[in-house]
Amino acid sequence: MISEYLTKDNIRLGVEAKDWKEAIKKSGSILEVNNLIEAEYIDAMIEMVKDKGAYIVITPGLALPHARPEKGAKENGLSLLTLKEPVKFGHSKNDPVKVVISFCAADDSTHTQMLSELAEFLKVKENVNYIKEVDSKEELLSYFENYDRGR
Amino acid sequence: MKILTVCGAGQGSSLILKMNVQDVVDELGLDAEVDNGNISTAKNSGADLILAGEFHEDALEDFEVPVITVSDFMDNEEIKSKIQNFLEEKGE
Repeated sequence: MISEYLTKDNIRLGVEAKDWKEAIKKSGSILEVNNLIEAEYIDAMIEMVKDKGAYIVITPGLALPHARPEKGAKENGLSLLTLKEPVKFGHSKNDPVKVVISFCAADDSTHTQMLSELAEFLKVKENVNYIKEVDSKEELLSYFENYDRGR
Repeated sequence: MKILTVCGAGQGSSLILKMNVQDVVDELGLDAEVDNGNISTAKNSGADLILAGEFHEDALEDFEVPVITVSDFMDNEEIKSKIQNFLEEKGE
């Protein structure tokens, strides 16, 4: 259930960020506020992009920042942030990024279910486009609930 | 056939790519096992085919295993056509 992972507490819409680092910081801080990670996890997500590149931009306009479980992940969790103005992450084809979905995984296996449901949801282009455009959290939450009901 | 999807950490993007590759494998009715991992372990994984993001092209350059790179991990059509091209070239 996507609505189980993305609730009113871990969604922020129309956030301002001057660059990709700030976008990851703000997205990661949602995980931190929800007590899913230690603060160091956010730096590790940024390091990952510096180190391995912007491959986390998995589909046009959408980035999926994350770090290794041992970098301070406490539980499995997701956060969803949309940017007021899209920013470049440095991906040759999928930039600029409007939607940042950060995730943390407590270990290497138990987050599979969560990511699999997220992948199912993101596979439908209309869903991704909807998230890019929506500016009301309430509407987005009912969109998730409707999606879950329809499955 | 053993297919491996890879990314930097081996637990995020590669997992999502794995799920979509699995869908394509099922759709095409291929006899293939799909797994995911990170770049550093990919070299000795014993896989017959590796799928990764275009970003990892350089890191995978000197691999003996055939590598397919995709730009949109959520686009099953892109994944499907690239796997089909690979199989055709391989002559299967």
